[in-house]
Amino acid sequence: MPVRIQTQDFDAGAEIAALRGSNSKIGAVASFIGVCRDANGGGAVAKMTLEHYPGMTEKALEKIVAEAKSRWNVMDVLVIHRIGELKPTDQIVLVVVAGAHRGEAFAACEFIMDYLKTRAPFWKKEQTPSGARWVEARVSDDEAAQRWEPPKSSAA
Amino acid sequence: MKIKLLYFAGLREEVGTRGEDLEVSPEVTTVAGLRALLMNRGGAWQTALAQGKALRVAVNQEIAQAATPVKPGDEVAFFPPVTGG
Repeated sequence: MPVRIQTQDFDAGAEIAALRGSNSKIGAVASFIGVCRDANGGGAVAKMTLEHYPGMTEKALEKIVAEAKSRWNVMDVLVIHRIGELKPTDQIVLVVVAGAHRGEAFAACEFIMDYLKTRAPFWKKEQTPSGARWVEARVSDDEAAQRWEPPKSSAA
Repeated sequence: MKIKLLYFAGLREEVGTRGEDLEVSPEVTTVAGLRALLMNRGGAWQTALAQGKALRVAVNQEIAQAATPVKPGDEVAFFPPVTGG
């Protein structure tokens, strides 16, 4: 399965080795790991809880992976996203893309993360010294995702 | 017609429920109509679903728009903009 939602931690090295297997066509592996910070927007974060929409999350991520594979010549993709309670330094998300060459692997990896941040139904709630708060969506994340939109045909 | 409604994250907390099976009049045919129906409950519903509030809707687990049709048996979810990753 290219997409996994789980509460437990992941071992990026083991996941990458499993994805590569013995495929001698692979010449590039790009990966991204998102990690829980101890501060956000100037406030201290003691821990966070990740909620998601079971069913839609998997569908949304599978659609993003399928789109990445249609746009770039990459062979294998893995996305792992954790849910539940996480504390600073904990790993949150892993994206691994394996392909023949680095350019396409890098681009597909960044695309998947940008789309995941704006289209996959996850929500973070942070515990801070002044109480719990839901993380607000960032305009910069929308802008990052928009970079990948196909150029609109200009009306004459 | 019966619609399965789901609420997530901050919106779930505001309205105080994770979801419900709702019997809806056949006059409600779109996401916008459903939203208006829920807002008519007043109180937290009106505030949480108010126009201008950042809100996303999914119909049958696909992102939907105000004009997206709703049919009997559909699963409709309301939630804030997503913040994973």
